[in-house]
Amino acid sequence: MGFPLSVTLRVNPIACVGHGMCAELLPELIQLDRWGYPILSSSTVPRPLADHARRAVQACPALALLIADAAGKHR
Amino acid sequence: MTTLALSPPRPPSPAARLPRLLAGIGDQPASLRWHERQHGPMPVLRRAGRLIDVVEASGLTGRGGAGFPTGRKMRSVAAGPGSKVVVANGAEGEPASLKDRLLLSRLPHVVLDGMTLAAEAVGATEAYLCVHGTQHGLLDGLERAVQERLAAGLDPVPIKVTGIPGRYVSSEQSSIVQFLNGGPGKPTFSPPRPHERGVNGHPTLVHNVETLAHLALIARYGDRWFRGTGTPSAPGSMLVTVSGAVARPGVYEIEMGTPVGRLVMLAGGPAEPLSGLLVGGYFGAWLPVEAAWPVPMTHTSLKAAGGALGAGIVIALPASACPIAETARVVRYLAEENAGQCGPCVFGLPALADALGDLAYCGGRNGAVDQVAALLPLIERRGACRHPDGATQLVRSLLRAFPADARRHERTGSCGGVARPPVLPLPRDEDREWDFR
Repeated sequence: MGFPLSVTLRVNPIACVGHGMCAELLPELIQLDRWGYPILSSSTVPRPLADHARRAVQACPALALLIADAAGKHR
Repeated sequence: MTTLALSPPRPPSPAARLPRLLAGIGDQPASLRWHERQHGPMPVLRRAGRLIDVVEASGLTGRGGAGFPTGRKMRSVAAGPGSKVVVANGAEGEPASLKDRLLLSRLPHVVLDGMTLAAEAVGATEAYLCVHGTQHGLLDGLERAVQERLAAGLDPVPIKVTGIPGRYVSSEQSSIVQFLNGGPGKPTFSPPRPHERGVNGHPTLVHNVETLAHLALIARYGDRWFRGTGTPSAPGSMLVTVSGAVARPGVYEIEMGTPVGRLVMLAGGPAEPLSGLLVGGYFGAWLPVEAAWPVPMTHTSLKAAGGALGAGIVIALPASACPIAETARVVRYLAEENAGQCGPCVFGLPALADALGDLAYCGGRNGAVDQVAALLPLIERRGACRHPDGATQLVRSLLRAFPADARRHERTGSCGGVARPPVLPLPRDEDREWDFR
């Protein structure tokens, strides 16, 4: 498997219940709105943040943060 | 361009003039015999793929609001793996729309023809006709029409008449698919979309009932006939519902591209001086009267004018009414109708309704308009479906079309218009369903 050029993040808003873990682990890209739900400043993850993004995805208790490679395949 | 060769002798192709769908409509449901006298028998398709070609050539687009090319949707479902499912969406969620109800209650057979023809064209083995389960009379009437056709041996794929929850968001196509799969009837996270994986995992063709009715006539008279009215880029006719301060509110069949103003005149003209028009329903937009008047009723033209065609709804707002109070009431309704799934919608819509209600009924406070505007980016495009986006588009258009009213409310407080009986139609509380199944 080749190394993906870029990865993108997406929130499943139905699954998200606002734990806020993602904003703790990836404050560079994710902020919480006034009700505690994540707002992504950009869906494209810069290369240096890719590992942090993966960690945030794994930490989401609701499995609501999704990461996809450039081809759009979710992992 | 192609025309469809049909096996049974077809009736003389009617002239391009209107009405087409509503030709000969009466007060009672049309029988199968009447329908076949009016339009001739349902054509027999020699080759399934041919109908898709003809529908594509006709330029028919979805009449449920999104306006997606019908033929392209059919082609992508037909190309999917295995057996397919056809769903006719007659669950008219928009409170200001009456056209689907009219079609289903008076002219059911033209819709049922469309379902059967679409099912054959895409290779479907199941077909569902969905209306709100709260519409008992409509369900009974449709069941009778289906039985009438069964006795005549018309529909090789049996049509199942299905009542879905009477909730605003349940008529969204992913909600219908979820309900038919045994769920509560709420929008789902996509992809997959219904045409990829829908009912029982099969590729599913979801069409509005009016779209299917047009399809039934295109199968009879061909794509050239369909293009005989409307504009080259938006061909055919469409059903519209006009309400509010007009002399003769009701459902009308118009050429695509008819100017908004001519439609208002068709409905008897303004019953009193107007301040604005809500075009496209509660997923549409407010437009000032002068701005809206010349705009052709097509997706492209209305979008360019800052509006939306939606399901063909026009509501005339009298100058004596308060546009802010009217919108606040509708946003409250949309907030109550959310599916309870996505945070930004669950929390955002009630907050928006509060802020708008505050501006409408209290006002007289600096920052009241900003408070409304600040909520919009917190709501937009943050739900799984377009429900929250409909509400924000409506509010954005309010602030754009009625800036002077908004400023006046903010500076000096509420206006006399709020005392007027509301103009925008909403279902009565006793007719609403308050939960999902």
